[in-house]
Amino acid sequence: MNIWIAIGLTAVGCYAVKLIGLLIPAGLLERPLVQRLAALLPVALLAALTAQQTFADGRVLVLDAKAAGLAAAGVALLLRAPFLLVVAAAVLVTAGVRAMAG
Amino acid sequence: MRSEDGGKPDAAVVRDALGVGVAVGLSGFAFGVTSVGSGLTLLQTCALSLLVFTGASQFALVGALAGGGNPFTAAAGAFFLGVRNAFYGLRLSQLLALPRAVRPFAAQWVIDETTAVALAQPTRRSVRIGFTVTGLTLYVLWNLTTLLGALGADAIGDTDAWGLDAAGPAVFLALLAPMIKTTTERVVAGLAVVLGLGLLPVLPAGVPVLVAALAAPAVLWAEGRRRARTGPAEDDDTVGEGR
Repeated sequence: MNIWIAIGLTAVGCYAVKLIGLLIPAGLLERPLVQRLAALLPVALLAALTAQQTFADGRVLVLDAKAAGLAAAGVALLLRAPFLLVVAAAVLVTAGVRAMAG
Repeated sequence: MRSEDGGKPDAAVVRDALGVGVAVGLSGFAFGVTSVGSGLTLLQTCALSLLVFTGASQFALVGALAGGGNPFTAAAGAFFLGVRNAFYGLRLSQLLALPRAVRPFAAQWVIDETTAVALAQPTRRSVRIGFTVTGLTLYVLWNLTTLLGALGADAIGDTDAWGLDAAGPAVFLALLAPMIKTTTERVVAGLAVVLGLGLLPVLPAGVPVLVAALAAPAVLWAEGRRRARTGPAEDDDTVGEGR
Protein backbone atom coordinates (compact mmCIF):
# COMPACT_ATOMS: atom_id res chain seq x y z
CA MET A 1 0.00 0.00 0.00
CA ASN A 2 2.84 2.35 0.87
CA ILE A 3 4.32 1.89 -2.57
CA TRP A 4 0.99 2.71 -4.23
CA ILE A 5 0.77 5.92 -2.17
CA ALA A 6 4.25 6.91 -3.38
CA ILE A 7 3.34 6.08 -6.98
CA GLY A 8 0.09 8.07 -6.77
CA LEU A 9 1.73 11.16 -5.26
CA THR A 10 4.58 11.06 -7.77
CA ALA A 11 2.25 10.61 -10.75
CA VAL A 12 -0.02 13.50 -9.74
CA GLY A 13 2.88 15.79 -8.81
CA CYS A 14 4.91 15.11 -11.93
CA TYR A 15 1.92 15.58 -14.25
CA ALA A 16 0.95 18.80 -12.47
CA VAL A 17 4.36 20.43 -12.98
CA LYS A 18 4.41 19.42 -16.65
CA LEU A 19 0.99 21.00 -17.16
CA ILE A 20 1.81 24.16 -15.20
CA GLY A 21 4.75 24.86 -17.51
CA LEU A 22 2.53 24.65 -20.57
CA LEU A 23 -0.28 26.77 -19.07
CA ILE A 24 1.68 29.80 -17.96
CA PRO A 25 0.45 32.80 -20.02
CA ALA A 26 2.50 33.61 -23.10
CA GLY A 27 2.69 37.31 -22.21
CA LEU A 28 4.97 36.52 -19.31
CA LEU A 29 7.39 34.78 -21.64
CA GLU A 30 7.89 37.65 -24.04
CA ARG A 31 10.38 39.36 -21.76
CA PRO A 32 13.93 38.67 -23.03
CA LEU A 33 15.23 37.86 -19.55
CA VAL A 34 12.58 35.17 -19.02
CA GLN A 35 13.35 33.70 -22.43
CA ARG A 36 17.08 33.55 -21.68
CA LEU A 37 16.35 31.94 -18.33
CA ALA A 38 13.99 29.34 -19.80
CA ALA A 39 16.67 28.42 -22.37
CA LEU A 40 19.45 28.15 -19.78
CA LEU A 41 17.55 26.18 -17.11
CA PRO A 42 17.51 22.93 -19.11
CA VAL A 43 21.26 23.31 -19.64
CA ALA A 44 21.84 23.54 -15.89
CA LEU A 45 19.49 20.68 -15.07
CA LEU A 46 20.80 18.28 -17.70
CA ALA A 47 24.41 19.03 -16.75
CA ALA A 48 23.71 18.35 -13.07
CA LEU A 49 21.79 15.15 -13.86
CA THR A 50 24.52 13.84 -16.16
CA ALA A 51 27.13 14.42 -13.47
CA GLN A 52 25.00 12.88 -10.71
CA GLN A 53 24.06 9.78 -12.64
CA THR A 54 27.70 9.24 -13.57
CA PHE A 55 29.50 10.05 -10.33
CA ALA A 56 26.95 9.30 -7.63
CA ASP A 57 25.70 6.15 -5.99
CA GLY A 58 22.80 7.25 -3.84
CA ARG A 59 24.25 10.20 -1.95
CA VAL A 60 27.87 9.05 -2.12
CA LEU A 61 30.24 10.27 -4.83
CA VAL A 62 31.99 7.45 -6.71
CA LEU A 63 34.37 7.05 -9.62
CA ASP A 64 33.67 3.79 -11.44
CA ALA A 65 33.33 2.26 -14.91
CA LYS A 66 30.45 4.61 -15.74
CA ALA A 67 32.97 7.47 -16.02
CA ALA A 68 34.78 5.55 -18.78
CA GLY A 69 31.43 4.90 -20.44
CA LEU A 70 30.51 8.58 -20.33
CA ALA A 71 33.92 9.51 -21.76
CA ALA A 72 33.24 7.11 -24.63
CA ALA A 73 29.87 8.78 -25.17
CA GLY A 74 31.63 12.16 -25.23
CA VAL A 75 34.06 10.98 -27.90
CA ALA A 76 31.17 9.55 -29.95
CA LEU A 77 29.42 12.93 -29.70
CA LEU A 78 32.54 14.77 -30.87
CA LEU A 79 32.66 12.40 -33.85
CA ARG A 80 28.99 13.29 -34.51
CA ALA A 81 27.81 9.72 -34.06
CA PRO A 82 24.02 9.15 -34.10
CA PHE A 83 22.17 9.09 -30.79
CA LEU A 84 21.79 5.32 -30.53
CA LEU A 85 25.53 4.82 -31.12
CA VAL A 86 26.41 7.35 -28.40
CA VAL A 87 24.34 5.43 -25.85
CA ALA A 88 25.62 2.08 -27.11
CA ALA A 89 29.23 3.27 -26.74
CA ALA A 90 28.59 4.23 -23.11
CA VAL A 91 26.93 0.90 -22.28
CA LEU A 92 29.53 -1.25 -24.06
CA VAL A 93 32.55 0.55 -22.62
CA THR A 94 31.07 0.45 -19.11
CA ALA A 95 30.35 -3.27 -19.39
CA GLY A 96 33.81 -3.86 -20.90
CA VAL A 97 35.65 -2.02 -18.13
CA ARG A 98 33.67 -3.93 -15.48
CA ALA A 99 34.39 -7.25 -17.19
CA MET A 100 38.12 -6.50 -17.27
CA ALA A 101 38.17 -5.24 -13.71
CA GLY A 102 36.58 -8.56 -12.75
CA MET B 1 21.40 33.43 -37.52
CA ARG B 2 18.84 30.78 -38.27
CA SER B 3 17.72 30.81 -41.88
CA GLU B 4 14.31 32.41 -42.45
CA ASP B 5 12.83 29.50 -44.37
CA GLY B 6 13.97 26.94 -41.80
CA GLY B 7 15.04 24.71 -44.64
CA LYS B 8 14.74 21.43 -42.73
CA PRO B 9 12.76 18.71 -44.53
CA ASP B 10 10.05 16.94 -42.49
CA ALA B 11 11.76 13.60 -43.11
CA ALA B 12 14.95 14.84 -41.44
CA VAL B 13 12.98 16.00 -38.39
CA VAL B 14 11.19 12.66 -38.16
CA ARG B 15 14.51 10.81 -38.45
CA ASP B 16 16.09 12.85 -35.63
CA ALA B 17 13.00 12.39 -33.46
CA LEU B 18 12.88 8.66 -34.08
CA GLY B 19 16.58 8.37 -33.24
CA VAL B 20 16.02 9.91 -29.82
CA GLY B 21 12.67 8.20 -29.24
CA VAL B 22 13.95 4.73 -30.06
CA ALA B 23 17.26 4.99 -28.20
CA VAL B 24 15.73 6.41 -25.04
CA GLY B 25 12.58 4.32 -25.35
CA LEU B 26 14.65 1.15 -25.30
CA SER B 27 16.21 2.22 -22.01
CA GLY B 28 12.84 1.59 -20.35
CA PHE B 29 14.14 -1.95 -20.23
CA ALA B 30 16.76 -0.88 -17.68
CA PHE B 31 14.02 0.77 -15.63
CA GLY B 32 11.81 -2.32 -15.68
CA VAL B 33 14.66 -4.52 -14.52
CA THR B 34 15.75 -2.05 -11.82
CA SER B 35 12.23 -1.49 -10.51
CA VAL B 36 11.33 -5.17 -10.09
CA GLY B 37 14.82 -5.78 -8.71
CA SER B 38 14.05 -3.11 -6.08
CA GLY B 39 10.98 -5.01 -4.89
CA LEU B 40 8.12 -3.36 -6.82
CA THR B 41 5.54 -5.57 -8.51
CA LEU B 42 5.07 -5.83 -12.26
CA LEU B 43 1.88 -3.74 -12.03
CA GLN B 44 3.54 -1.02 -9.92
CA THR B 45 6.48 -0.85 -12.30
CA CYS B 46 4.26 -0.47 -15.36
CA ALA B 47 2.03 2.08 -13.58
CA LEU B 48 5.09 4.26 -12.98
CA SER B 49 6.08 4.29 -16.65
CA LEU B 50 2.50 4.92 -17.80
CA LEU B 51 1.58 7.60 -15.26
CA VAL B 52 4.82 9.30 -14.23
CA PHE B 53 6.70 9.02 -17.54
CA THR B 54 9.80 10.95 -16.61
CA GLY B 55 12.73 8.57 -16.29
CA ALA B 56 14.87 10.32 -13.71
CA SER B 57 11.90 10.65 -11.30
CA GLN B 58 11.00 6.98 -11.78
CA PHE B 59 14.55 5.82 -11.05
CA ALA B 60 14.69 8.15 -8.04
CA LEU B 61 11.41 6.85 -6.60
CA VAL B 62 12.33 3.20 -7.03
CA GLY B 63 15.78 3.82 -5.54
CA ALA B 64 14.32 5.60 -2.52
CA LEU B 65 11.71 2.88 -1.90
CA ALA B 66 14.34 0.16 -2.19
CA GLY B 67 16.46 2.04 0.34
CA GLY B 68 13.57 1.80 2.80
CA GLY B 69 12.43 5.41 2.47
CA ASN B 70 8.86 6.21 3.52
CA PRO B 71 6.44 6.86 0.63
CA PHE B 72 6.24 10.59 1.25
CA THR B 73 9.99 11.27 1.24
CA ALA B 74 10.41 8.99 -1.76
CA ALA B 75 7.65 10.79 -3.67
CA ALA B 76 9.08 14.19 -2.68
CA GLY B 77 12.47 13.30 -4.15
CA ALA B 78 10.90 12.08 -7.38
CA PHE B 79 8.72 15.19 -7.52
CA PHE B 80 11.70 17.53 -7.08
CA LEU B 81 13.39 15.84 -10.00
CA GLY B 82 10.21 16.29 -12.04
CA VAL B 83 9.97 20.02 -11.35
CA ARG B 84 12.44 20.70 -14.16
CA ASN B 85 9.72 19.64 -16.61
CA ALA B 86 7.81 22.79 -15.65
CA PHE B 87 10.70 24.84 -17.00
CA TYR B 88 10.76 22.78 -20.17
CA GLY B 89 7.01 23.39 -20.48
CA LEU B 90 7.58 27.16 -20.22
CA ARG B 91 9.88 27.01 -23.20
CA LEU B 92 7.79 24.51 -25.14
CA SER B 93 4.49 26.36 -24.78
CA GLN B 94 6.17 29.24 -26.58
CA LEU B 95 7.62 27.09 -29.37
CA LEU B 96 4.64 24.77 -29.87
CA ALA B 97 1.93 27.42 -29.47
CA LEU B 98 -0.66 24.74 -28.83
CA PRO B 99 -4.39 25.48 -28.45
CA ARG B 100 -5.35 25.51 -24.76
CA ALA B 101 -7.58 22.45 -25.10
CA VAL B 102 -4.70 20.33 -26.41
CA ARG B 103 -2.25 21.25 -23.64
CA PRO B 104 -3.49 18.80 -20.97
CA PHE B 105 -2.89 15.97 -23.46
CA ALA B 106 0.51 17.22 -24.60
CA ALA B 107 1.63 17.75 -21.00
CA GLN B 108 2.48 14.11 -20.27
CA TRP B 109 5.09 14.22 -23.04
CA VAL B 110 6.91 17.28 -21.67
CA ILE B 111 10.23 15.68 -20.71
CA ASP B 112 13.97 16.11 -21.32
CA GLU B 113 14.06 14.32 -24.65
CA THR B 114 11.02 15.88 -26.34
CA THR B 115 12.24 19.31 -25.20
CA ALA B 116 15.74 18.73 -26.54
CA VAL B 117 14.44 17.59 -29.94
CA ALA B 118 11.89 20.42 -30.14
CA LEU B 119 14.46 23.06 -29.16
CA ALA B 120 16.80 21.91 -31.91
CA GLN B 121 14.23 22.63 -34.66
CA PRO B 122 14.27 25.80 -36.78
CA THR B 123 10.54 26.30 -37.51
CA ARG B 124 7.21 25.91 -35.67
CA ARG B 125 6.18 23.12 -38.04
CA SER B 126 9.36 21.14 -37.36
CA VAL B 127 9.10 21.86 -33.61
CA ARG B 128 5.61 20.33 -33.59
CA ILE B 129 6.65 17.32 -35.68
CA GLY B 130 9.75 16.76 -33.55
CA PHE B 131 7.80 16.98 -30.28
CA THR B 132 4.99 14.68 -31.43
CA VAL B 133 7.15 12.00 -33.04
CA THR B 134 9.61 11.93 -30.14
CA GLY B 135 6.79 11.90 -27.58
CA LEU B 136 4.80 9.14 -29.25
CA THR B 137 7.76 6.85 -30.03
CA LEU B 138 9.24 7.32 -26.61
CA TYR B 139 5.97 6.82 -24.73
CA VAL B 140 5.10 3.61 -26.59
CA LEU B 141 8.60 2.12 -26.46
CA TRP B 142 9.34 3.20 -22.90
CA ASN B 143 6.20 1.46 -21.64
CA LEU B 144 6.72 -1.61 -23.77
CA THR B 145 10.35 -2.07 -22.72
CA THR B 146 9.45 -1.36 -19.07
CA LEU B 147 7.09 -4.34 -19.27
CA LEU B 148 9.71 -6.52 -20.96
CA GLY B 149 12.37 -5.51 -18.43
CA ALA B 150 10.02 -6.20 -15.52
CA LEU B 151 9.16 -9.62 -16.94
CA GLY B 152 12.79 -10.47 -17.67
CA ALA B 153 14.36 -9.07 -14.50
CA ASP B 154 15.09 -12.46 -12.99
CA ALA B 155 16.69 -13.77 -16.17
CA ILE B 156 19.01 -10.76 -16.57
CA GLY B 157 20.54 -10.84 -13.11
CA ASP B 158 22.86 -7.89 -12.40
CA THR B 159 22.05 -5.02 -14.81
CA ASP B 160 25.20 -3.15 -13.82
CA ALA B 161 27.34 -5.98 -15.22
CA TRP B 162 25.75 -5.24 -18.60
CA GLY B 163 26.61 -1.54 -18.31
CA LEU B 164 22.91 -0.61 -18.50
CA ASP B 165 23.33 1.96 -15.73
CA ALA B 166 25.52 4.04 -18.09
CA ALA B 167 22.64 4.48 -20.55
CA GLY B 168 20.96 7.20 -18.46
CA PRO B 169 23.90 9.61 -18.19
CA ALA B 170 24.86 8.98 -21.83
CA VAL B 171 21.34 9.98 -22.88
CA PHE B 172 21.52 13.17 -20.81
CA LEU B 173 24.94 14.03 -22.26
CA ALA B 174 23.72 13.51 -25.83
CA LEU B 175 20.77 15.81 -25.14
CA LEU B 176 22.92 18.43 -23.47
CA ALA B 177 25.69 18.66 -26.09
CA PRO B 178 23.77 20.58 -28.77
CA MET B 179 22.49 23.06 -26.15
CA ILE B 180 26.00 24.19 -25.26
CA LYS B 181 27.28 26.66 -27.82
CA THR B 182 28.21 29.90 -26.09
CA THR B 183 30.45 30.78 -23.16
CA THR B 184 27.41 31.56 -21.04
CA GLU B 185 25.97 28.09 -21.64
CA ARG B 186 29.30 26.44 -20.81
CA VAL B 187 29.61 28.39 -17.57
CA VAL B 188 26.04 27.47 -16.57
CA ALA B 189 26.70 23.78 -17.28
CA GLY B 190 30.00 23.82 -15.36
CA LEU B 191 28.51 25.56 -12.33
CA ALA B 192 25.52 23.19 -12.35
CA VAL B 193 27.85 20.16 -12.30
CA VAL B 194 29.78 21.59 -9.34
CA LEU B 195 26.56 22.35 -7.42
CA GLY B 196 24.90 19.07 -8.32
CA LEU B 197 27.85 16.96 -7.16
CA GLY B 198 29.02 19.17 -4.31
CA LEU B 199 25.64 19.33 -2.59
CA LEU B 200 24.72 15.69 -3.17
CA PRO B 201 26.17 14.38 0.10
CA VAL B 202 24.63 17.14 2.23
CA LEU B 203 21.08 17.71 0.89
CA PRO B 204 18.09 15.33 0.61
CA ALA B 205 17.70 13.34 -2.62
CA GLY B 206 16.47 15.43 -5.54
CA VAL B 207 17.21 18.80 -3.94
CA PRO B 208 20.81 19.23 -5.26
CA VAL B 209 19.52 19.12 -8.86
CA LEU B 210 17.08 21.92 -8.08
CA VAL B 211 19.81 24.01 -6.46
CA ALA B 212 22.00 23.32 -9.50
CA ALA B 213 19.23 24.83 -11.64
CA LEU B 214 20.00 28.12 -9.88
CA ALA B 215 23.20 28.20 -11.93
CA ALA B 216 21.10 29.61 -14.77
CA PRO B 217 19.77 32.74 -12.99
CA ALA B 218 23.08 33.17 -11.16
CA VAL B 219 25.11 33.29 -14.37
CA LEU B 220 22.55 35.55 -16.07
CA TRP B 221 22.75 37.92 -13.10
CA ALA B 222 26.55 37.95 -13.15
CA GLU B 223 26.48 38.54 -16.89
CA GLY B 224 24.10 41.47 -16.46
CA ARG B 225 26.37 43.02 -13.83
CA ARG B 226 29.42 42.67 -16.05
CA ARG B 227 27.59 44.16 -19.02
CA ALA B 228 26.45 47.11 -16.94
CA ARG B 229 30.09 47.78 -16.01
CA THR B 230 31.78 47.30 -19.40
CA GLY B 231 29.03 48.73 -21.60
CA PRO B 232 26.92 46.91 -24.18
CA ALA B 233 29.87 45.92 -26.42
CA GLU B 234 30.14 42.42 -24.93
CA ASP B 235 28.38 39.97 -27.18
CA ASP B 236 29.75 36.49 -26.69
CA ASP B 237 26.24 35.11 -26.62
CA THR B 238 25.06 35.64 -30.18
CA VAL B 239 22.76 32.75 -31.00
CA GLY B 240 22.90 30.14 -33.68
CA GLU B 241 26.38 30.15 -35.17
CA GLY B 242 25.61 26.62 -36.33
CA ARG B 243 27.35 23.42 -35.45
